[in-house]
Amino acid sequence: MNRIASAFQNGKAFIAFITCGDPDIETTKACVREMAAAGADLIELGVPFSDPTAEGPVIQEANLRALTGGVTTDRIFDMVRELREDVSVPLVFMTYANVVFSYGPQRFLAACQDAGIDGLILPDLPFEEKGEFLDVCRANGVALISLIAPTSANRVAMIARQAEGFLYLVSSLGVTGTRSRIDTDLSAIIRVIRENATVPFAIGFGISTPQQAKTMAAQADGVIVGSAIVKLVARFGKEAPKRVGAFVREMKDAVSEKK
Amino acid sequence: MTNPKGRFGIHGGQYIPETLMNALIELEEAYERYKADPEFIRELETLFNEYAGRPSRLYFAEKMTRDLGGAKIYLKREDLNHTGAHKVNNVLGQALLAKKMGKTRLIAETGAGQHGVATATAAALMGMECVVFMGEEDTKRQALNVYRMRLLGAEVIPVTTGTATLKDAVSETFREWTKRISDTHYCLGSVMGPHPFPTIVRDFQAVISKEIKAQLMEKEGRLPDAVIACVGGGSNAIGSFYHFIPDKSVRLIGCEAAGRGIDTFETAATISTGRPGIFHGMKSYFCQDEYGQIAPVYSISAGLDYPGIGPEHAWLHDTHRAQYVPITDEEAVCAFEYLARTEGIIPAIESAHAVAYAQKIAPEMEKEKIIVITLSGRGDKDCAAIARYRGEDLHE
Repeated sequence: MNRIASAFQNGKAFIAFITCGDPDIETTKACVREMAAAGADLIELGVPFSDPTAEGPVIQEANLRALTGGVTTDRIFDMVRELREDVSVPLVFMTYANVVFSYGPQRFLAACQDAGIDGLILPDLPFEEKGEFLDVCRANGVALISLIAPTSANRVAMIARQAEGFLYLVSSLGVTGTRSRIDTDLSAIIRVIRENATVPFAIGFGISTPQQAKTMAAQADGVIVGSAIVKLVARFGKEAPKRVGAFVREMKDAVSEKK
Repeated sequence: MTNPKGRFGIHGGQYIPETLMNALIELEEAYERYKADPEFIRELETLFNEYAGRPSRLYFAEKMTRDLGGAKIYLKREDLNHTGAHKVNNVLGQALLAKKMGKTRLIAETGAGQHGVATATAAALMGMECVVFMGEEDTKRQALNVYRMRLLGAEVIPVTTGTATLKDAVSETFREWTKRISDTHYCLGSVMGPHPFPTIVRDFQAVISKEIKAQLMEKEGRLPDAVIACVGGGSNAIGSFYHFIPDKSVRLIGCEAAGRGIDTFETAATISTGRPGIFHGMKSYFCQDEYGQIAPVYSISAGLDYPGIGPEHAWLHDTHRAQYVPITDEEAVCAFEYLARTEGIIPAIESAHAVAYAQKIAPEMEKEKIIVITLSGRGDKDCAAIARYRGEDLHE
């Protein structure tokens, strides 16, 4: 079983996102270790991009802090190699197409495999454009994760059928960021996903509280939380890792209904 | 030139979040339907002629021709259009299309404010709601255009993210579109972004080269030898080039904003200093660092202050069908002053980049050769900034 599939073997999966290098690489490393120890089933590592068009203000600012702090793609690969010495949780990169394209897709994906990255999420790479990245991902044993949105309608089955790793279901319209309410009716989309996908699916965008996570987890195989974690890093900086760990534990408990 | 997925060679495509894919597909289907609909064509032509003041003049710049002593120079006067620039061609087309699609709200990005003013104008005319995103820096530099948009009934939202300029306004307009799609059309201002925008905007702007061809045939009985236009995203340039692309004898020249020079970091010359990348929905050339981070760009001209170029231009560059040359701030300002004194025409500082290159090549060309320069817009908006560039303490 590959590492991504194993993330969904421990009840409902809790997937945590963090922006690499915010505010520095050492803090990111400490956060990843705390999140893994706190029960995160999969960790998404955001590789900063100067103009992240799918992100709300919280993650935009994290990207800016990280880039201003001098983080680069190469330093993130080094960080992952180091983490892989003691962290076994599945790790997935989330970044933008230009970060991969500019580095050279073959070179980027080979470095992913070497460092121990299991998957890649590119929010600006829809189904129609994935061809140029898919073969090189497969050749390097990295799952190219597909996204489905509330507006996907007649596209859901097509995307679900070809999904690899896991499917990322976007909870609602708009960009990333915490929302006080998520009232999109996803039941029709979820039915089509279940009928067509051979991989598990997780819901993300806007989830920040244990109650929201619990509600979403009831409909899915996992939930993804990003901005709420990044907010803790923004607020506590180098002191964030312990608090991030505690938050992840609380969220994991909520999705696995231990409380 | 466009295959079904909106490719121009390797460039173009649809690199956009899944949330927007059905909106783009819906737009493409509507456009394919209406561009062949005689009623749509008639309505747009009426708007062009009766409202925007088309066809725009093709003016023989006799004094400039005599002064430079070489090729005959014609000016395509897009600056005489309603709202003062070529932007209105695209905006009227997209607003009419959006209305036919049942949309009631237009959103747009703007740099200097020309596209924002044109969008606000079309929205007022057609009774649509309008929201314009503009970098906070630009709202300060172009306060008069902000007032104009508000006067026309639009809401102007200052964008504070990133570098708070045009590229950030584009990003923020895309973000807004992913939040609210069903009643909203993103009226993109240049031949950029994901398919079908580069094709739609080019088709609406192609009226420029269609008119040049007919007008010059009437005046001179032949094709021009060179067509020169400024390029940021590249909408007035592609509009000026389009009907001449099959005519291989016509040199097509795009003038990029070199800012303080292409050997400095303060430049916006994408073809001269950029490399292939993927950003704002398209594959094309972009100013970026070694890791693909989009570079901050600079030009005295807010309308050319963008780190990318439309994908069809990238392809015209790759195939050597068009040539792209850098023009510095200083050269553009000199051309701005030159055209004012020589012909009594104050061009937009963007268009002055094209005038500057004509000044370089016209003297070297034989007297029977013909150059057409597209004056994409009028320069009233730039007077205060140019005065300040020359050391005068002038504020609007």
